[in-house]
Amino acid sequence: MIVTMLAEAWSALIANRLRSVLTMLGMIIGVAAVILMLAIGGGVQKQVSESIAGLGSNLLIVTAGSGRSGPLSGGAGSGATLRIDDADRIAEIDNVVAAAPSTNVPAQVVAGPINWATQVTGSVPAYFLVNEWTVGDGRTFTEREERAGARVAVLGQTVADKLFGASDPLGQTIRAKGVSLRVIGIMEKRGQGFGGQDRDDVIIVPLTTALRLLQGNAFRRSIRSISVSVASADALDQVERDITYLLRRTHRLKASDDDDFSVANLTAITDTLSTTTAAISLLLAAIGSISLVVGGIGIMNIMLVSVTERTREIGIRMAIGASRAAVRLQFLLEALMLSLLGCGIGVAVGTGLAMVAGKFIGFDTAVTLFAISIAFAVSASIGIFFGWWPATRAAKLSPIEALRS
Amino acid sequence: MTALLALDNVIKDYQSEAGTFRALDGVSLVVEKGELVSIMGPSGSGKSTLMNIIGCLDTPTAGIYRFDGTDTATLSETALARLRNAGIGFVFQQFNLLPRLSALANVALPMVYSGVAKRDRDMRAQTLLASVGIGDKPKSRPSQLSGGQQQRVAVARSLANSPELLLADEPTGALDTKTGIEVLALFRSLNEQQGVTVVIVTHDPEVARATNRVVRIQDGRVFYDGPPTEAALYGHAEGATA
Ligand SMILES: Nc1ncnc2c1ncn2[C@@H]1O[C@H](COP(=O)(O)OP(=O)(O)OP(=O)(O)O)[C@@H](O)[C@H]1O
Ligand SMILES: [Mg+2]
Repeated sequence: MIVTMLAEAWSALIANRLRSVLTMLGMIIGVAAVILMLAIGGGVQKQVSESIAGLGSNLLIVTAGSGRSGPLSGGAGSGATLRIDDADRIAEIDNVVAAAPSTNVPAQVVAGPINWATQVTGSVPAYFLVNEWTVGDGRTFTEREERAGARVAVLGQTVADKLFGASDPLGQTIRAKGVSLRVIGIMEKRGQGFGGQDRDDVIIVPLTTALRLLQGNAFRRSIRSISVSVASADALDQVERDITYLLRRTHRLKASDDDDFSVANLTAITDTLSTTTAAISLLLAAIGSISLVVGGIGIMNIMLVSVTERTREIGIRMAIGASRAAVRLQFLLEALMLSLLGCGIGVAVGTGLAMVAGKFIGFDTAVTLFAISIAFAVSASIGIFFGWWPATRAAKLSPIEALRS
Repeated sequence: MTALLALDNVIKDYQSEAGTFRALDGVSLVVEKGELVSIMGPSGSGKSTLMNIIGCLDTPTAGIYRFDGTDTATLSETALARLRNAGIGFVFQQFNLLPRLSALANVALPMVYSGVAKRDRDMRAQTLLASVGIGDKPKSRPSQLSGGQQQRVAVARSLANSPELLLADEPTGALDTKTGIEVLALFRSLNEQQGVTVVIVTHDPEVARATNRVVRIQDGRVFYDGPPTEAALYGHAEGATA
């Protein structure tokens, strides 16, 4: 019986194709919006949590140059104000586990016939520890190699792929700014950063090597940034204050001078970022839910019209033996079918939009099975909830009154 | 043996802006199982009103209507629906087929509500269509059928659940004489061969003549109830037995 009624509900919707589609529009838009928002929200959150995972926990980053962006300020990282001994002093502050000075030079890297423009980071062995970045193949350089300015390099995955493809880079030689470097290790994949930049598109060399050979003369002793690993999250704020105090003193800044460096607490930033994105996607999903409810009211409206139009049909059905329960079921099924069909189309549209949006923004937007099941569950509830009243009205008709209409 | 139908002083009032209108004014009528009865009377005399009450589509304002010994006023909505579904077959003056369904689906519909499996009800519906002479058009929509063919579909539908009682409100009114006689012959054979009790409302004396008993109604009252005499058929009996 239920199969027959489903078939009849279907043919009732088909008989009024245009109206059915227009009625479903509210559901389609609502479901598509919810699916899209959950997908984008999920994508952003995945991105953020991956970035956090790749950052190393309890990390402070000290960057050369003013943190303030006044009209004349060159912005963070622009000045040659940080020096290697700053890192040594920071390493002695309480609760600091390690401080890794590093510098960054863009360079054209050559391996055999292949050319690749990338970043060369010069740093110390602690850099890998602080950034919680482990070597995948081969090894990183030692303290001794760092001090000696050994001509060795560790490659990020992207660089390894671009320069060597399928062949093994270990032991090969690459050239950067006219300097030959021997590849001793390849790092694990780290994925994208916040801005969507590829964090595997980098070469790490000993800091001394970078300063001596790769960096321009004027900045020989100066470094770009210092990554500081702090013992616990609770100590982050205190260490941040201590670093500021220490650097202002050693840089001999007057009380009226601005800092010539900036300290970024990335853990705090990522925390805020992830709560914010979660809140935003929740808000957008809530807006989508409102349009779902509006869609449900649209279904109720059309079902009421349909019950009125089909009063005679209801009368005929009752006259040949349809019980009130059967009549109610018939109209409930129609409402349910409208909402579920709308939901199905909405899921398809939402998934399509999520894929397009993913391409556009440049990160994964995953439509989860969870989101789809939620969409269907909510749509079914809406169909039953908003279909109930019209269906009950149909069921309450008296057979003879309905037949006379 | 209890009578199939027993109406005792049934009254039906209609309320309208103009006031109360008494369409049935104390109708008492007993029909035994296996009878073939025709109901006659001028337009507006209350024949359809009576049929609707007998068919459990409507309820009397006052009086008692017993179906197979049970007072219908005591029956639940569900029991009434079951009675309309399987106990009584109703053929309406305006056919009342569902326009979106095929002839076959229309005939099968009462069996949907009585829970017959799809295969079985389609088979039976096809048999019924064949028995009313339109077995070749199961897929046609009502709008693609002639009036007579639609009426046959309606008759086939009324027989779907093998009812004990067949009610037909002017079943031949919309048909030409020849088709009318064919439909009537169908009712007769159902009555004679399967013992189905049949009540037919008709204006046509020739139709009434083929039944065993004529009930004449005027102004909501029975004023003739007896064999199909010429006087009863042509209305000259007015007042004779009132
Ligand atoms: N729903 C209603 N409201 C008010 N009056 C009604 C209603 N239905 C029928 N009537 C009146 O009751 C009377 C009997 O109507 P009914 O339909 O039973 O007549 P009938 O004998 O079947 O006539 P016909 O031969 O034309 O079909 C009529 O006068 C009609 O106007
Ligand atoms: Mg009538």
